Amino acid sequence: MAEMMYWQAVQRAHDEELERDANVIILGEDVGLVGGTYKATSGLLDKYGAERVIDTPISENSFTGLGIGAAFMGVRPIIEIMSVNFAWLAMDQIMNNAAKVHYMSGGQLRVPAVFRIPGGTAHQLGAQHSARMEKVFMGVAGLRVVTPSTPKQAYGLLKSAVRSDDPVVIHEHENMYQFKGEVPDEEYLHPLEGSEVVREGTDVTLFGYNLSVHWCLQAADILSEEQRIEAQVVDLYSLSPLDREGIHKAVANTHNAVIVEEAEPVCGVGAEVMAIINEEAFFELDSAPIRVSAANVPMPFARNLELAALPDAKKIVAAVMAQRAAR
Amino acid sequence: MSRVAAFEIEYVQYMDESGQALADLPNWATEVESLEHAYKWMLLTRLFDAKAVALQRTGQMGTYASCLGQEAIGAAIGLAMHPNDVFVPSYRETGAQLIRGSRMRDILMFWGGDERGSNPPIANQDFPVAIPIASQCLHAVGVATAFKYRKQNRIALCAIGDGATSQGDFYEAINLAGVWKLPVVFLVSNNQWAISVPRAAQSASQTLAQKAIAAGIDGVQVDGNDYIAMRDTLDQAIEKARSGNGATIIEALTYRLSDHTTADDASRYRSAEEVEVYKQKDPLLRLERHMRVAMGWDEGKQQSLKEQCQQQIEEEIQAYLTAEAAPPTEMFDYLYESLPKVYLKQRQQLFDEWQQHLGAREETVDTDVKESDHV
Repeated sequence: MAEMMYWQAVQRAHDEELERDANVIILGEDVGLVGGTYKATSGLLDKYGAERVIDTPISENSFTGLGIGAAFMGVRPIIEIMSVNFAWLAMDQIMNNAAKVHYMSGGQLRVPAVFRIPGGTAHQLGAQHSARMEKVFMGVAGLRVVTPSTPKQAYGLLKSAVRSDDPVVIHEHENMYQFKGEVPDEEYLHPLEGSEVVREGTDVTLFGYNLSVHWCLQAADILSEEQRIEAQVVDLYSLSPLDREGIHKAVANTHNAVIVEEAEPVCGVGAEVMAIINEEAFFELDSAPIRVSAANVPMPFARNLELAALPDAKKIVAAVMAQRAAR
Repeated sequence: MSRVAAFEIEYVQYMDESGQALADLPNWATEVESLEHAYKWMLLTRLFDAKAVALQRTGQMGTYASCLGQEAIGAAIGLAMHPNDVFVPSYRETGAQLIRGSRMRDILMFWGGDERGSNPPIANQDFPVAIPIASQCLHAVGVATAFKYRKQNRIALCAIGDGATSQGDFYEAINLAGVWKLPVVFLVSNNQWAISVPRAAQSASQTLAQKAIAAGIDGVQVDGNDYIAMRDTLDQAIEKARSGNGATIIEALTYRLSDHTTADDASRYRSAEEVEVYKQKDPLLRLERHMRVAMGWDEGKQQSLKEQCQQQIEEEIQAYLTAEAAPPTEMFDYLYESLPKVYLKQRQQLFDEWQQHLGAREETVDTDVKESDHV
């Protein structure tokens, strides 16, 4: 096990998959000469050439649609959309084409494409650069949506996504590329479905994904130290499909659920997980589930407002305490 | 001041409306078999098209987009492409689909609301009909990118209408085709109407072919109702793409003699006089007249071909009408490479309900039989 940064883990996965399979290519803005805005493709142009690590014209819809067309022919494009905010420009191609053509052609045309899309709220980038679109993607049948919270997941999920014949959206986070973590030295493929218990606990389950897993872990430490409450933390690395069984199991374990999402609450991860709890584990509950979400506003530009609009460990602790007080 | 760029757009036409040759014909077009073969497909397309409309009108099929008046384009596409090229169609190239291996029953199934029609038993990698306008242009450049990357000697042919040239996806695709010199041909069937929006309201551009200029690729305008011109222009563009010399936009001037689809009524927005003018430019009439004068085509041959086509169409319609419905569980079958766990339960539930329903239906049938026994 070597410790590496999140971006290095993504870079390594790219490198290994390009090496392994000549069908794999990378498409996107500044992925070649510059090596990617977040360095995730650094060094790959030199190693694999401009035919495989392709700097495209600045047009998200263009290279997304082109990648989908190439994928129909069995090419396995890894499409980097520099920021999820720009993915709005390519949504017809992702939602109406990548997600549906396999279905509509009776399995004739597969779309083995990967859409790597950094998103989340970084640091004062304003409303049009702070979109959290995971809830949009997970609402589209035919797509898989995964979102790594650690370098190990970032490495293993990308490798599995490349090998999947389904279109896979990988929701990364602009603020997480410097995160460090252990990544196996040997090749590792992370399952595209499921969830992972990342902290054991018996009093309450905190559900998180991507960056919010880390807020949950911080909150769990505070709860343990200050309140003697032991929180279980579940990492929902697969947002589509969501792990119904895993969610049920966790709720049956602690009987209390708090869902933490970086996005606005409306029609989001929290709403969906809560619906699953209702459908699968209602009679396991000792208290009403709670969501800790971003404020339902465009992300403010001012730092103090931005922080106020986002969830954090303190807000999660407060939610857990409020949940206990109400039961 | 000096001029930094200049361009012109060629117009290709070989036959006038009476089928008279306007110029020396290409060699292939002087061979009887070539033209008779094309004419056979054009006539089959026309007769099939009329039957498809009739099926919709009698409630036996869903909405259908007729290709009446545009048969020369479909035939030229189908006959100019190699089998292992990839056709990326819109919804009005029925003739090309037939030539490339779709059966008439597949096409009827598709328009009849059965998605198995999009999965005909063909060996090539042609795409299903793209319903969103112009989204397939980017897929075509993606296909061409795959061919170029693998150094394959294949081309992609993307068919769109005049309305599609207003879409961003079209401009984006021709831009990529130019900048990466891709083996792709864009065939724009300019049939003058995008539902109710006339060509003049679609773009201020004098021709649609000239949109190629800004993308650094070739553009040419052709009489789309002149099979010889259509085929010759396509042959050249395909050969150019195949030999690594880049993409072409072909603007085929034609006219949609029918409504946009069976859900449309074109008389609301265009005059009968206008339609009458274009009926004189009919692609079948023109080729038939040419063959009569130049190749001894006669009424006997015409009649026997027509009967042959009609018989074929009837057989296919029967196959369509008697096809067994797909099991409802098929709605899950092509969603993912393998079905995620969460769907398995839903699929099983649907399967059980379906079996119950079948059981209940059998009971009803039994009862009916008993009742009729009493009678």
